[in-house]
Formats: sequence, structure tokens, C-alpha cells
Amino acid sequence: MKAAMALAAALCGTPAYAAWEPTKPVEIVVAAGAGGASDQMARMMQAAIQKNSLMKQPIVVSLKGGASGAEALMYMKSSEGDPNKVLIAYSLIYMLPLSAKIPFNWRELTPVSVIALDQFVLWDNSAGPKTVKEFIDAAKASSAPFKMGGTGSKREDHVLTVFLEQKTGAKFSYLPYKSGGEAATQLVGNHTESNVNNPSENLEVWRAGQVRPLCVFDKERISYSGKVTDTQSWADIPTCKEEGVDVQYLMLRAMFLPGKVTPEQQAFYVDLFHKVTQTAEYKDYMEKQALKPIFLTGKDMVQFLEEDDAVNKSLMTDAGFVAK
Amino acid sequence: MEAFGLLLHGFAVLLTWKTLVLMMLGLVLGIFVGVLPGLGGPNGVAILLPLTFTMDPTSAIVMLSCIYWGALFGGAITSILFNIPGEAWSVATTFDGYPMAQQGRAAEALTAAFTSSFIGSLVAVLLITFLAPMISSFALKFGPPEFFAVYLLTFCSFVGLGREAKHKTVISMSLGLLLAGVGMDTVSGQLRMTFGSSELLRGINFLVAVIGLFGISEILLTMEERLALRGHAASISLRVVLGVWKDLPKYWVTLLRSSFIGCWLGITPGGAIAASFMGYNLAKRFSKDPESFGKGRIEGVFAPETAAHASGTAALLPMLALGIPGSGTAAILLGGLMVWGLNPGPLLFVEHKDFVWGLIASMYLGNVVGLVLVLTTVPIFASILRVPFAAVAPMIVVSCAIGAYAIQNAMFDIWLMLGFGVVGYVFKKIGIPLAPFTLALVLGNRAEDAFRLSMIGSGGTLKVFWSNGLVGSITTLAIVLLFWPLIDRVFTGLRRGLEAAHN
Repeated sequence: MKAAMALAAALCGTPAYAAWEPTKPVEIVVAAGAGGASDQMARMMQAAIQKNSLMKQPIVVSLKGGASGAEALMYMKSSEGDPNKVLIAYSLIYMLPLSAKIPFNWRELTPVSVIALDQFVLWDNSAGPKTVKEFIDAAKASSAPFKMGGTGSKREDHVLTVFLEQKTGAKFSYLPYKSGGEAATQLVGNHTESNVNNPSENLEVWRAGQVRPLCVFDKERISYSGKVTDTQSWADIPTCKEEGVDVQYLMLRAMFLPGKVTPEQQAFYVDLFHKVTQTAEYKDYMEKQALKPIFLTGKDMVQFLEEDDAVNKSLMTDAGFVAK
Repeated sequence: MEAFGLLLHGFAVLLTWKTLVLMMLGLVLGIFVGVLPGLGGPNGVAILLPLTFTMDPTSAIVMLSCIYWGALFGGAITSILFNIPGEAWSVATTFDGYPMAQQGRAAEALTAAFTSSFIGSLVAVLLITFLAPMISSFALKFGPPEFFAVYLLTFCSFVGLGREAKHKTVISMSLGLLLAGVGMDTVSGQLRMTFGSSELLRGINFLVAVIGLFGISEILLTMEERLALRGHAASISLRVVLGVWKDLPKYWVTLLRSSFIGCWLGITPGGAIAASFMGYNLAKRFSKDPESFGKGRIEGVFAPETAAHASGTAALLPMLALGIPGSGTAAILLGGLMVWGLNPGPLLFVEHKDFVWGLIASMYLGNVVGLVLVLTTVPIFASILRVPFAAVAPMIVVSCAIGAYAIQNAMFDIWLMLGFGVVGYVFKKIGIPLAPFTLALVLGNRAEDAFRLSMIGSGGTLKVFWSNGLVGSITTLAIVLLFWPLIDRVFTGLRRGLEAAHN
């Protein structure tokens, strides 16, 4: 076993561009609180890198979730030229500068790679309506608007809620919580009627039979068909489009270095995270949390980011969330 | 009795030499990080987390939780000796613990703190052992209105039961609430009072403020007044320890009340911080001699420490069962759990019995071992006070600065800490209490969010705070406490009137 690992390490570590490697401990900067999806992913990568000895220097996770993640963005922005910090980014890099006028632009950072796409699912309490249609009808018939829990204000969850309203005509009052975990327990405790959490955020309460997934906001169903609960797999959840609500949204999970680092430094991390995506830890994590595997880097990544930025900008504008 | 069998199984998992050694190691490390002001539990656990990646989950969590217990014990040491609380819940311990140390009763105060910590966590662990399933469903009853009611109760009990002049308490609390508003507002997603500064984005960290308000301001006062920490005569022996223990039964009501408050607020997700304040205030309220509180009364150490540790321990339950951490340290432990693929949630208790009961068993063992460890080291810690102030003061200032910096790795926070030191000095001079300020700073944001979420959910009617038995009774209790002095006076007046009529 050890020999096999050493061999694998030797094969992976071909010194094609081994010109640079970190000389100090590397920090994975998380733009969210403890226990959230970003934090979990960062810890998975930390464990994958250490267990498979992908890097000589140790790697630490630093939580910079203050100001809804703006803290992490400003921290990266001010760390120009420091190759020992990598940000694990998500759609906040497009949305936060628009909604809260944070002086930040992702183009000032150095893109490394897109490592996954995260899904959004419409969930209700397992005692609530059983299908999207019943849910929407119940929401319309209700005297007080249904309460939709989510993370933060004027962000992914809020945008999805607004589009759900526009497409169906039902009204929701959106309750912005501090984390997806909180939104999950509030749904279980019947303090909200629904939420649009990422799979990872509701996984445990789904397995405990406390919430029900109604539909997934993607063009196609989630591909994982291993049983998650006693009867259902991720693949059993219909898309919202199948259920007659044509709303789609995927969220990137991508790694960035601060601005003004050298191409050698950038190359080191591209290689490092490519190796991470090959590890058993990563594959296991993707399946368990129902993430879409993807690996983009270089020009492909920049093109993806530009298109994604445009999509997010138009969604935010349509929802009326862009600060004047 | 199923729980009992499972617990024994937990002990069996735990009782290997390897685990016991890790436990001792964790406790010593924990006490060490707890003693350094500001470094505290969360940072200590965060630094040591990667060390445990190569261990099996049970050993790893046992070691981490022992660091946690150690840090909890250690936090009391700086509160009592230097008036610098390491964690949010150590603030109330300074009220009477520090005066005791100044009177040369440091050993007594430390013994009281450690003993009551032990009792508080023991009660909470018993609760976790036997009532775990019921408690998780209780915690689920808490929506925004219930959360707000709990915070309101804490604020009101402060105003109603506090010793200081009411207007000064309110002034102090309002200033705290104002500063709590700095940074991103979760509900609207907008920035408030940051004035374009990216340093202010993340808001004002509570610990930075506390280190400045209590630690630095104390140094300033000491320099002005006497240039010496009083405490030279700290007598330290087994006799002191036994003496404190002999008096314990006298305070059983306080201990029981504080344990109860601690457990109750601890299982309320996020309510742990309020517990020590409430424990202290209620002990003072029901005391026959409330005037002596704040001047070095041993009960004033028992009450907050018992409540703080009961809540700190009970807070692990919502973390395990619901994935909601009750404190900063619990949040880091939560991250650790996930690394080993142990996702907190309702199924953790079913699917990972070995782990959960091993952890609970480690709470029992860790507490007993921890108590022995800290008690044997009391003489060492108390003797710090014999070092001349001129030598100790710079060390305290430096460790305060390191602590303030380490929380968010920000130089700005050191300036902030110094600023708060001056504010604390001025407040002490003009007699404005610091405690309501710190309480408002730590709970202000959550209280505001909870209130606004309640309003969004109810469509703007205040009736939501009386919409069910739970929230209704908490809210009513809060209002009663707020007007307690008035009610008290009316009742006393009535009784006197009646007595007069009888005569």
C-alpha cells in the first residue's frame, strides 16, 4: 500500500514545471462560516492533500466569513503577490460587488481552476406537500405567504426565490439566515415552509427523513444513483423544469490566487488541484454531496467565468438586487 | 437504561492507554491555550486540528474535546488573576473573581471556579446522557421569535436585576448595540457604518473589545493608582481547596440554579453566552446580601462559572444533533467532525454510536482528570501574582496584543483593542458598567437578526412574540424582569400596607 502510494506520488510529481513550490504553509481561505459547504470542501481538500502527500508544506483552512464573505474577498485583494493563499470561491465573487458595492472584481485575482459545480434543490418539510405542483398550489392558497429560508440576502438563494415567484405567481417571504445549516434546521422545526439549500446542506436531515426534495434547479437530473435514503437517490429527484417550473441555476466552486503572482506559482496550484480532483477523497466527496465534477483551467476557465458573470449579473439585475 | 449500557460501552472504547495519554495531552495543551488571553479555545483547537488527521476519529475527537475542556478551565485563570476574560462566558467570572484575587484570595477564587466548572459540566453531561433525544427536539422548537425572546430575556434581566443605576446600564447597552451594527447586515445584505473602510467590513470582534475593555483598561488603572497587583499574600495549600469544598453545600441553591440556567440556555442553539450573565444576575438577585456582589464574594464566582460550563457542555448537543455550534470552539470542532466524515445531524447518534458515546464518556473522564490537573497547578498560577507588576504588565499587554491579532490575523484589531482599553478606562472612571456593553456587542447582531426575521415572517405584527406557549412565556418573563424593581416595590408596599392594616 505504502509502496503504491509512493509510486503514485512519484508519477504525479513529474517535474514538468516543478520550478516553484510553496516555502511557507498554504492557507485555504474560506468565504463562509464554519460547517458551511465551502468549509466542508476546504477541509476535504486539506485532508486529501495531506493524506496523499501532494505538497511538502502543510495546508491550513482559514475561515474569513465575516461580512457575508466580503472579508475573504478583501483579504485576497489585499494579499497581492502572495502565493501562499488560495481562495475557495463561489458565486459571491459576482454577486457581492453588485449588491453591497464591495470594491472587488474577480478579474484582479489569479484564476487557478474551477473544481466543481454545486446544485440547488427546492426542499420542503417532509410533512408538507409532496410534489412541486402541490407545493405551489398550497403556497398560492395560503393566507400568509410561505416562508422560504436561505443563506444571506440578495444572493443565490434569494435570487432563486424571486425567480420562483416570477415563474409561478406564488408569493414567498424570504428569511435570510446566517448559514445553510441554520436554514436546514429551521425547515425541520417548521419555522419555514421551504428552502433552496445545496444538497450538502440538507443531506443529513434528508437522510433522517425530516425534509423532502421537490426538484433540482438544473437542466438535467443529478447523475448519482446510489441510494441516499432508504428509498431515494439523488437521481430520483426530478428537475424543476420536468415539474413545470423552468428555473435553472448552478453555482461554481473555484480556486483563485491573489493578483500578481508568477505563472510558475499559478502552474503549481493548477497541478496541485488537478491532483486533488484525482484523489479518492475528492471523488467520494463529490458523490456524497451531489456536486457536479468539472475541471477547468487557463483560457477555458476565464471564458467560463466571463459567461457565468454575465448570467449572474443579468439575474441580479432582473431581481432588482443591484445597488444603485 | 439503554443510555447507561451505551455509556459503559463508551468507556470501554475509551479506556486504552493510548486514548488516556491523548486525553492528558489534550488537557494540558488546552489549559495552556486557555491561559493565554485571546488565544483561547477556538484558536487552540484550530491550530491543533490538523495534528489529529492521522488518528482514528474517536481518538482524535477525544483529544480535541479535551483541549476544549482544558481551555474552558484555563479561561477562568486569566479572568480571575488579570481581569482578562478569554472567552465570552468568562466575563461574568471577573466580577467577583478579580476582586477576590486583589484581596489575596486568588487560590480560593481559582478553586471555586474550577470546582463549579466541574459541577456545571457534570450536570450537563448527565443531561446529555439521559435526555439527548428529547433535547434535540426541544432545540428544534426555536425559530426567530423564540431566539429573540431569549435574547430579550438576557437584556431585560440585566437592566432589571443589575446593581448599577438603570440609566447607566441602558447607556452602556445602547453603545454596545450601536457597535454591534457595524459591518454587513445579513438581513438586507448591505454594509452599515463601515465608512468605506475594508477593515470595518467584518465588524467589531467581540473578543478584541473584551481584551481591551477589561485587560488593557485594568493595566491603565493599575498604573495610575498603585503600580502593583495586590495579591502577595495568596496562601496556597490543600487546606484552601478543602476549605472551599467544605463550604460548597452552603451554596447548593446557587449551584443548582446556575446548572439549570446553563443547561437550558446551552441547548438553545447559540444561547450559551447569555448563561453566565444570567447565572450571575440571578444569584445576586436572590442573595440576602446583593450589595456584597462585585466586591469579592465567592458565590459570585460559583454562579457564572457553573452556568458557563453547564452551557458550554450542553452546547455540544445541538452541535452533534443539529450541526449548529453553540460557541466558537464548538464551531471548530464541527469542522473537525466533518473531516472524518462524521456529519452532525439526527442520524449521528444512530449511525456512529461508538463515536458519540466515546465522546460522551470522554466528557466524564476529561472533566475528572481536568479538575485534578488544574487544582494541582493552582499554586503555580496563583504565584504569578507575586511577580512584580512592572514585570508582569508588559507581558500581559504583549499577550493581549497577540491574542487580539490572532483572532483574525489583523493588525487593525490591535489598534482597536488599545482604543477599547481607553474606552474601558473612561467608563470605569465615570462609573458606566462594562458588562452590558459587552453583552450587547456579542448578542446585538443576533438579537437584531432574530427580531427582523420574526417581523418578516409574521408580516410585521408583534403578536408573534406571544404566538405559542414557549415564546409567550419567555417574552412575558423578560418584561417582568425588566420592570422587576418597580414590581418589587409595589409588592413590598402592598405587604407593608396589609401589615399596617392588620396592626
